[in-house]
Amino acid sequence: MFRYTIRRLLFAIPTLLVISFIIFALLDLAPGDPTSQLPINIPAEVRQKIREALGLGEPFYVRYGLWMQQFFVNEPLNILEQWFGVTIGDSENRLRVLSWSTRSPVVDLIVERMPQTLWVVGMAYVVGIAIALPVGVISAYRQYSIFDQAGTFITMIGFSIPPFFSGVLVIVIFSVNLGWFPSIYDTTHVVTDWDSFLKQINQMILPVMVLALQITAQLTRFMRASMLDNLNQDYVRTARAKGMSEQAVVLLHVLRNSMIPVITVIALAVPSIFGGAIITEQIFKVNGIGALLIGGIEAGDLPLVQTLTFIFAVLIVLFNLVADILYGILDPRIRYD
Amino acid sequence: MTEQVTARAVAGGEAAEMGAHRSLWRDVWLQYRTHTGAVVGTFVFLFIVLGVIIGPFFHTTDPTYIDYRAKNTLHMFSCFYFSVPEAVENAGAWTTWSCFTDPAGFAELTAKRVKVSWTHPLGTDNYGRDTLAQLMAGGRVSLAVGVTAMALSIVLGALIGVLSGFFRWLDGPLMRLTDLFLALPILPLLLVMIMLFRETLRAAFGPEEGIFILVVSAIGITSWMQTARIVRGDVLSIKEREFVLAARSIGTRQHRIIGRHIFPNVLSPVMVSATLGLASAIITESALSFLGLGFPSDFPTWGRLLIDGRDFMDITPSRVIWPGLAISLTVLSVNYMGDGLRDALDPRIRGR
Repeated sequence: MFRYTIRRLLFAIPTLLVISFIIFALLDLAPGDPTSQLPINIPAEVRQKIREALGLGEPFYVRYGLWMQQFFVNEPLNILEQWFGVTIGDSENRLRVLSWSTRSPVVDLIVERMPQTLWVVGMAYVVGIAIALPVGVISAYRQYSIFDQAGTFITMIGFSIPPFFSGVLVIVIFSVNLGWFPSIYDTTHVVTDWDSFLKQINQMILPVMVLALQITAQLTRFMRASMLDNLNQDYVRTARAKGMSEQAVVLLHVLRNSMIPVITVIALAVPSIFGGAIITEQIFKVNGIGALLIGGIEAGDLPLVQTLTFIFAVLIVLFNLVADILYGILDPRIRYD
Repeated sequence: MTEQVTARAVAGGEAAEMGAHRSLWRDVWLQYRTHTGAVVGTFVFLFIVLGVIIGPFFHTTDPTYIDYRAKNTLHMFSCFYFSVPEAVENAGAWTTWSCFTDPAGFAELTAKRVKVSWTHPLGTDNYGRDTLAQLMAGGRVSLAVGVTAMALSIVLGALIGVLSGFFRWLDGPLMRLTDLFLALPILPLLLVMIMLFRETLRAAFGPEEGIFILVVSAIGITSWMQTARIVRGDVLSIKEREFVLAARSIGTRQHRIIGRHIFPNVLSPVMVSATLGLASAIITESALSFLGLGFPSDFPTWGRLLIDGRDFMDITPSRVIWPGLAISLTVLSVNYMGDGLRDALDPRIRGR
């Protein structure tokens, strides 16, 4: 297991390097000029100066190398310094990945936006998992019952209604017609006491509801399929034959075995927690990571978009690895070595 | 695999007992018909497709024609919301029914609170463009994008899957490529691609065709990986079967083996992933339009109509509801069709 982990980690390095190159090259070599958004009455020489100030004067490979150094060396050093309060080398003049539109370090922007995304999307995952697991278990245990049929129909709806429609729909119903919840998420709201906590819950309900519907739909299907696979196995018949109670058979034996693939699916979904649900954040004006990315794309802020996209890729690769390792730990039949 | 073979043999035995010859596709069709969701889904999908294609011949209003005096007209169903005695003083002989028979007079009577008209059965937007005509025009674009992008991704996926399953020396590189694509954050990259290449393609192919080519190829290039993996797995097992060995032993060339013997046998997973791919392509296109990176406003798709209607949600909520309903119904029906097709093509379920 340990050797397998090391091997996979080593294998992840070239994958990530290739991905970083693809992302950098795609954004950098694409036609389009970052100064094209500026007013046209700027003289050509000033425009050239602006391009050079943004670092565009250098050839492609120099910029790629610089970005790699800033991302893989300078930023981690900076994080270490902040954590341990020490100074490593010439930290004043160390170049960081700077956003073009705000001129502040990209990593600082991400850290600033992270809590909003984690609150909303993370809570949606918690709610989704809490609903999906019991529903999946009951659906599978009572296959083709009314409960199962209704559950399947609702998961189909969750699959089919895109978030940009369900989000708008709940806004029409709950905020325009009923006036129960606000349609805009107030990012500046700080939780200090019980009342402000209630307000936070109140404004979180709609976005969490929209996201949780989708997560529940996917997880319920997985849970149901996995339970159905296991319920027909021989060991279940054995357990029943030796006189175990139905509860023990289902909840101890079947559920534990069915959870193995479901847990890996949950692990695979973690990157999208950090990635933020781009569309849902856009609908409810949650100022999270997704909104940061959209803002960067609209402003043509290449360093921000490059760094953010690459961080998403790192998370995807990392959690693929975590899912595989979890699978190996939880299921003794899987042997990687 | 042995299980599938026996199941097929059993099904064949049953057919022989009945005495009638049944082809594979007839079996599939018979099984498909028993799946209620799939049948309903097929009807709904056909209804939407026919409505979008034939509809404009019956409802001939130009989707881009601006009838400013009719702006913010409500849809005809809103007649039901207003019960006459409460909403209108001096109602006299007017009833809810007269809203349908004389919409203009009814609008006059209610002081324009119920502004409806048979010229615009589903209402108009804030410039007076007809919603029904826009929906049909938008549906043509959305469905065309969905079908083309799905076809592109299926062709790519099947090609890469067959190549890497059949040729061992291609397997490693192509599967690494697939893993690489799976590790890319898709939605951000789609957005970035569209932002970067929009202007160039617009200049080259014109505003509408340029965006169409861009959106279709962006969705196709980023969604072939699942199909490739499934096809590869199937090809790996099929190429070890006896009939392939037999074909090889009589000297069949490799491209004939792939075309005649291997590809027809992986057709069923390809068909299932085609239906699911169609659903996700429609959703992705609408999401791109919704984020403002799809088609321009004067060339509407369902996603674009939805985002344009969002700002007028409290005046005319129906402008959001109709396109959203169209997207959701299409995707729901396609998903059900895919479900039914998967069951029908699975020999372990078929015939039970």
